[in-house]
Parts: sequence; C-alpha cells; structure tokens
Amino acid sequence: MSSGTTLGARGRAAPPGSGTLAAETDPQVARIARTPEFQQLVHERTRFGWILTILMLVVYFGFIGLIAFDKALLAVKVGGTASLGLFMGVFVILFAFALTGVYVARANTRFDALSDALKRSVGR
Amino acid sequence: MNRILLGLTLATIAATAAYAAGPDLGAVQQSATNWPAIGMFLFFVLLTLGITYKAAKGTKSAADFYAAGGGISAGTNALAIAGDYMSAASFLGISGLVYTSGFDGLIYSTGFLVGWPIVLFLIAERLRNLGKFTFADVASFRLDQTSIRIISAVGTLVVVAFYLIAQMVGAGKLIQLLFGLPYLYAVIIVGVLMIVYVAFGGMKATTWVQVIKACLLLGGATFMAGAVLYRYGFNPETLFAASVQVHPKGDAIMAPGGLVSNPIEAISLGVGLMFGTAGLPHILMRFFTVSDAQAARKSVFYATGLIGYFYILTFIIGFGGIALLMSDPSYYKLGAAGTFDKLKDMIGGTNMVAVNLANAIGGPYFLGFISAVAFATILAVVAGLTLAGASAISHDLYAQVIARGRTTDKREVNLSKISAVVIGVVAIFLGYVFENQNVAFMVGLAFAVAASCNFPVLSMSILWRGTTTWGALTGGLVGLLAAVIMVVLSKAVWVTTLGNPAPIFPYDNPALFSMPLAFATIWVVSLMDRSRRAQRERAAFEAQYVRSETGIGASGAHAH
Repeated sequence: MSSGTTLGARGRAAPPGSGTLAAETDPQVARIARTPEFQQLVHERTRFGWILTILMLVVYFGFIGLIAFDKALLAVKVGGTASLGLFMGVFVILFAFALTGVYVARANTRFDALSDALKRSVGR
Repeated sequence: MNRILLGLTLATIAATAAYAAGPDLGAVQQSATNWPAIGMFLFFVLLTLGITYKAAKGTKSAADFYAAGGGISAGTNALAIAGDYMSAASFLGISGLVYTSGFDGLIYSTGFLVGWPIVLFLIAERLRNLGKFTFADVASFRLDQTSIRIISAVGTLVVVAFYLIAQMVGAGKLIQLLFGLPYLYAVIIVGVLMIVYVAFGGMKATTWVQVIKACLLLGGATFMAGAVLYRYGFNPETLFAASVQVHPKGDAIMAPGGLVSNPIEAISLGVGLMFGTAGLPHILMRFFTVSDAQAARKSVFYATGLIGYFYILTFIIGFGGIALLMSDPSYYKLGAAGTFDKLKDMIGGTNMVAVNLANAIGGPYFLGFISAVAFATILAVVAGLTLAGASAISHDLYAQVIARGRTTDKREVNLSKISAVVIGVVAIFLGYVFENQNVAFMVGLAFAVAASCNFPVLSMSILWRGTTTWGALTGGLVGLLAAVIMVVLSKAVWVTTLGNPAPIFPYDNPALFSMPLAFATIWVVSLMDRSRRAQRERAAFEAQYVRSETGIGASGAHAH
C-alpha cells in the first residue's frame, strides 16, 4: 500500500538509529554515480541552479540595499509620477518569474534529455 | 485601529505588523449582518463540503490522505500552492499598506515572491525525488530517523502554531467586521470547517479548497484591479497622478518611506521572507502531491507567475483605494466638524481598503463577494496548516519515532485525523485566548523559524555530503531557539506585549542572525562529529545524491 517502494522498504526495514541505507551495498548506485551522463547532468544542473540562485539574490538584495542605503535614487521620477523604485520593484517581481521560466525551459530540454540518456545507459 | 497606524509609522514595528496586517485588526466593532456576503460564503462552504465528501470516498491509503495519491497535475498544484500562499494578510494587509505608504507595500510583495525561485532551483525537484509525505522524510533520508524527525516535526509544529494563531485571530476579527458575526462564532466556524476538510478529505479536499479559493481570489482581485485601471483609461500613470493628488503624504508615496529605515532590519526582513518560504511545511508538502520532479518543477513555475501577478494586483488595488476612496467621506468615520483623517479614520481600519474599494467599484454584491473570498482565503490557509501539523504528528512523531515504523497505514491515517481534530480544537481555544492580544508578530515569527530551522536542516541534508545527524539536530535546534528567543526579546514582544521599557534584541526580524547561526552550527558540529554513525551517514550520501538528482529509485507516482 505504501508508495515509493524503495523508501517504504528502507524506512521500515532499517532499525531506527542505524542510519543505514540499503544502497551502501547497492552496486547499482555506485555504477550510476560513475557514469559520465550522471556526472555531466549533475554538474550542469547544479551549476545552472546556483548561477540562477545567485542572480536572484543579487537582484533582490540589490533592491533592498537601495531601499536601505539610497532612497533618493529610488525616488527619481521616470516619466511623470511613477518613480524609479516603482519600476524596479515591479522588475524584481517579473525577474523572479522570468528566472523560474528560464530554469524550467532549460530543465525541460537539456536536463531531461541528459536524464533520459542516463536512464537508457543504466538500462532502465 | 490607531494601533496599526501607529505601527506603520514606526518603521521597526511596521516591519512585522504588516506581515499580519490582516490578522492584526485591533479592536473592531461588530457591524450589521451582511446577508449577501453570508449567502456567498455559504455557497462556498457547501461547494467545498461537497468536494470533501467526494474526496473522503476516494481517500483510502496513507498516500491518498497525505499526498492526494500523487495524482495532482502541475497546473492544479500550482493553483493550490498559490492558494496556500496568498493569505488574507497579503491581500488585505499589503493593499492596506500600499494605501497608507504607497511604494513601501512593494517591499513586502517582492519579499514574499523571491523565495519561490530559490525553492525551484535548490529544493523542489530533489524534494520530490526523495520524499514521500512530509519534508522530514527527505531530511531524515540518510540520517537518524528518530532525531531528525523530532526536530523536523517540532519545527513544523512551531511554524504551524504561530501561523495558525495569527490566522484564527485574524479570521475572527475579519468575520466580525465583514459578516457581523460575533468573534467566538467566527473562530468556531473556521475551526470546525478546517477540521472537516482535513479529517475527512485529507490532502485531496485540502488541495481543491485551495484551488477554488485561489481562483476566486485571483478572479476577484483581477476584476477589482481591472475596474480601477478602467477608470483611469488603463494608464497606470494617470492612476498614480490621481493618487498623489489626494494622498496626505503627496508625492512621497512614490518613494521608499519610513517602513525600512534601518538597513540591517531591511536585509533581515528580506532574508526571513525569502528563505522562510523555502521552509514552510505546508508548502513543502505540496511537492509530494505531484507525480514526478518534472511536475514539481512546472508547478513552482506556474505558482510563481500566479503569486507575482497577485502581488501586482494588490499594488494596483492599494492605489485604487487611494484614488477612489480618499475623496469620498462616506468611507470614513467623520469627526465633529465633518472632517476625517484619510489614513486613520477609514471605516474598519486600513486593512479594509480592498473591501471598501469593492463596494466603491461593484456595489454591495461585489462587496459581499470579496468578503466571502476573504473568509474563504483564511479557511484554505488554515486547512493547509492543519494538514501539515497533523502529518507531522502522525507520520513523523507517531509512525517513525513512537511506533518505530511498526504501524499500519490505516492506524497512521486514523491518528492523523484525530490530530487534525485536536489541532482544530486547540486552534479555536488559542483564537479565543488571543482575541485581544497583539498577534502581528506571529506570522513573522513563523517565517523566521521556517528560515532558521526547517530550511537549514532540509537544505543541508540534501545538498551537503558532510551533514550528520548530530549536526542537523543541533543546528536545527539552535536556529529554532535563536529565532524564538530573538523575537521574544525584540520590541514586538518584549515591549509591546510584555510591557518592558526597552527591547533587548534591537531588531524585529531575527532571520539575518538566526539562519546563518543554524547553518554554521550544522557545519561545525557535522565536521566535529567523528562517530561511526556519522561515517555511515556520509557514506550513505551517494545513494541519496543519485536518487535526488535522477529520481531513480523514487516511485514514479503514488497513484496505483
């Protein structure tokens, strides 16, 4: 009845506190970890994820930093009544959404292809 | 009402007050019974109870109860995530904040949104690949079941408790104001309905309550923002110009004001909002309701779009409130000479900006609709919280810690249902006890604990090979205690609630200090941990790593 059969089996079979994992003795895991496909997938995706994370942090804390340290700049008028700060705030929201879009687009094409290649090569 | 407004003018208090600006409605007067609103709300209740009945018949296994059988589609899950996340505090509170301070409202809107990309890039897919029902499943994947589940469950329950109290008190005040029902009735109605949704319908019913609420809220807010823009020829510039003319602060509302005057406070608030999102248990649980990592990924993408869109709408609604309400005395309590303070005298307080604007735009029936939507919003959020709390008790504490894995699905689910009833009763009681307390800091505290306990434990166990049980346990505990102690010693609790003369901890937002402290503790203690168990745990990382990155070994779907 339990889902995720692997996890279910592990959760119940392993005595609590042992912290062991069936996979320690599972040669399959070591084999997958050594394949070039796996290493490439993990390398590319981890790198990409961290780059986007850092971009988001820089943009958001840049915005917050300006609010904290340079209010005058954000008060500058851009086209009549609206201020630069207002555009930047809306930009942060749109940027966050766009960034998730960029990640999903890349994951749907490149990472899923690498993942499929990996699954073929380990024969599943 | 003056209390909130005073808070908004004091930068430091405002930082936490606005988190829960919705909930902290202060002393409200019960208004006349609002029949259109009650009618529309009853319709919502009947609809969701019907769905709960259907869901209850289809909920058989533990996977059905906790994760809706893993059969929720990415689009549905995105709406449910948005439904879980868009609280009444953000709808009423942020539009009210925009109404009083203009630009400053955007600081919250952006802060609440930017956690989502982080969730996507670092957490969502790995969570789905490793997990089953709760985030403790993932954090304890290769670590000691007992200790890690205890710290995760405690983190979950603390977050749920503070969030829930804020929501219950907010619900009582709001309903008193909108529907003209007594406070206690309102709290009991919310408590009983959330018990019914969760105990009978489990994750399926909770998900659909979220989805319906998200659609209603997004639909209502879209209509309102659209109507506001329509009045100004769909030109935001005209709207802003009109707002600046009538607002007492004039042109200052277009620039950063006094909300964040202290740089450290601003950044600490940002850290709490951003990483708190990635540690909210009721949100993390939603990733187990989809079939695979691809669906988890897509649901975050759609949800980020929906939530971002919603915050842009609240901004327009806030400005609409300025432009359309401020020149109309009928929305204010008039003073002796027929004068009124635009910022202080709004009927029902500034949190009622969106509600009063609904009346200005669409008359009493649209007012009724928006009131019902606000009620539904609270109901959906508390249902999600209750389910997360009940799962932590039954799946983590009972099944893994007390019964040590030797239990049946059926017994576990039954315990979860009982837990939901207990949580509901406790929530009603706390809602009653805290009626006249200042609960504004509680949502902020929930985010701070999520960022300082849940997020560090979860992310370090997934991402860093070196994490050991001792490291995660002490780090999580240190983060949790640090966040709670710092908030207790801060102005919001130490001075405002406990009546001491000066705060011991100078900031209202602890996350900038408590979160790095938790990470550092996990890191240092894990490095120092030379036990045999630690060696086994580090060795077991590889298997977890392969599965978290590829999903190989994870079940394709929970559905059978």
